[in-house]
Amino acid sequence: MAFLEIDRLVKRFGNVDVLKGISLSVEEGGFLVLVGPSGCGKSTLLSMIAGLDSISDGEVRINGRRVNELHPSQRDIAMVFQSYALYPNMTVGENIAFGLEMRGVAKAEREAAVARVAEMLQIGHLLKRKPSQLSGGQRQRVAMGRALVRNPQVFLFDEPLSNLDAKLRVDMRTEIKRLHQRMGTTIVYVTHDQIEAMTLATQIAVLRDGVLQQFGTPAEIYNNPVNLFVADFMGSPSMNLVPASVRSEDGRTVVALARANENDLILDPGPASERLGRVIGQEVLLGIRPEAITDHDGADRNARTLVDADCHVEVVEPAGSDTFVVTQLGGKHVIARMRSDAAVRGGQRAPFTFNMDKAVFFDPKSEQRVA
Amino acid sequence: MSTAATTVAPRAPGSPIISRIVIYGLLGLFALVYLIPFFVMLLTSLKPMPEIQHGNILALPKEPTLDPWIRAWGEACVGLTCEGIHGYFWNSIKMVVPAVAISTLLGALNGYVLTKWRFPGHRLVFGLMLFACFIPFQAVLLPMATVLGTFGQFGKTLINLTGMNFGFGNPTVNLVFVHVVYGLGFTTLFFRNYYEAFPTELIKAAMVDGAGFFQIFRRILLPNSLPIIVVTVIYQFTNIWNDFLFASAYAGSGDVMPMTVALNNVVNTSTGVVEYNVNMAAAMIAALPTLLVYILAGRYFVRGLMAGAVKG
Repeated sequence: MAFLEIDRLVKRFGNVDVLKGISLSVEEGGFLVLVGPSGCGKSTLLSMIAGLDSISDGEVRINGRRVNELHPSQRDIAMVFQSYALYPNMTVGENIAFGLEMRGVAKAEREAAVARVAEMLQIGHLLKRKPSQLSGGQRQRVAMGRALVRNPQVFLFDEPLSNLDAKLRVDMRTEIKRLHQRMGTTIVYVTHDQIEAMTLATQIAVLRDGVLQQFGTPAEIYNNPVNLFVADFMGSPSMNLVPASVRSEDGRTVVALARANENDLILDPGPASERLGRVIGQEVLLGIRPEAITDHDGADRNARTLVDADCHVEVVEPAGSDTFVVTQLGGKHVIARMRSDAAVRGGQRAPFTFNMDKAVFFDPKSEQRVA
Repeated sequence: MSTAATTVAPRAPGSPIISRIVIYGLLGLFALVYLIPFFVMLLTSLKPMPEIQHGNILALPKEPTLDPWIRAWGEACVGLTCEGIHGYFWNSIKMVVPAVAISTLLGALNGYVLTKWRFPGHRLVFGLMLFACFIPFQAVLLPMATVLGTFGQFGKTLINLTGMNFGFGNPTVNLVFVHVVYGLGFTTLFFRNYYEAFPTELIKAAMVDGAGFFQIFRRILLPNSLPIIVVTVIYQFTNIWNDFLFASAYAGSGDVMPMTVALNNVVNTSTGVVEYNVNMAAAMIAALPTLLVYILAGRYFVRGLMAGAVKG
């Protein structure tokens, strides 16, 4: 039995179903990230776990106990809010101790707990200050301290890093991961940033319009997206999605990608051949991540289906560690990720290597995975 | 060269110095119009009677004296009793302090519920409370008299039963009740609008932290409400202290009258000569508390009225 179970959860406002039967579960010590575009219901879901929003239907269980009817303070959870929600009239120390005070913990014990957390987060020197005298990153730490001090069963994070600047966000991300490894407490974390989701999670739930699209490990979500939405949403730069037609040539199943002023590019679909064989003659969408299209020497040596092809290079974008090369296939811009020293120039032809082991195929109408 | 510079810089037509002069001139003029009556009152209250009868109204006192102030406080005649206005001054204080405190606290509580503990129909309730702000005083005079009459009857019953009336039928308690009820619309409006902009995540955080309804109110909301509390206190204090209609209707005679009614009686009581200096001193004393409240808390007043106008 999982530690945190969300069972067919529904949130209804009037006649509108905002969450349409979400089922998820996390093991103890797991890190569940709820990710999706704004308005997908991920924050509502978190609020329902916290008890700040009522549950229309379904059940939330923490450690086997149904918590639907419990007040937020009785669910043994702690929450970090997007705006940090620090009490402006209290010092940092009082902010952190407030939850303990409300639970009737004795003063000496509170002070010891605050000191312990302050040391862990390196905010000991800030305890006497008011939140208005802190920087964004310090406020973020205090907000985490307020959650940590109570030692709850589940931590809930509601887009905690979205108010920080880019560099600080990366630092705090690492810090949250380190804290999780050290404390081993179960975490549910809401974000719209798919990189945060990938780096932090042990399990990712991708939501759209109140419907769970896919639930799995980061690798599953990244490599085996179940539909077009998940494929497009996760990954940066995002997955190339190219219209292609499935054909049969000499008894082999191949996919053909249209090219401007050239013959179609014919690719061997690799492990997907068998299932694509059932849709010969139909149009599909080929999904292939930029890092699966490389220069020849940069290709994955363990890949079984590598296809070399010369294509017309439109733009070259050196990014330091890699070089992104843009070509055009099937009427779409396709991004390839080559080594930084790959000899490619815009406007010329260059050899591309497609790692078709990593290719996925979708039905353009239903947007579901076909192979 | 200079013409090029002036055409580049966007500037209002006319010299800035002239517009400054016009602005400050007008402001000075209006200030003068407002201050002259006050000035005349102050001067008159410091002059002995002969100087008033024979001198210029704007002339400075030749022999300044505090005697009229002392007489107004301790000897002026209100109706038939000539013990000064100090008793009525305390009547007003005894009425104003509880009325302001209760109406402000209840307004804060209403605002808290109407913004952070919303219930179905909260808009309607708030609309009705707003409506209370627009009911003219005169319209409630008679119904309120009936209600207060019932209180008085109840007080008599209590005396028969227990020997005490627990404040029912006491004119000061009646006035506190009237002012609390009448002020609730305004105080609720002030606090609701202030709390509307108050971050709801703070309330949620406190709920997760385990704070209850009143703990959140007392520990989170109230300590962060100083500007709007000051605004409400100034507004309520001024209104209740200056109220004449309710005071004269429900406590208009005897030694229970508030200051405003007593002042009217001081001026209307003639024992031969009209003692302008004493009347003016009494009027000044009546105006002092509101002045004091403005001076002590006025800077919050403007700040509080502006608060919430711009979010973030």
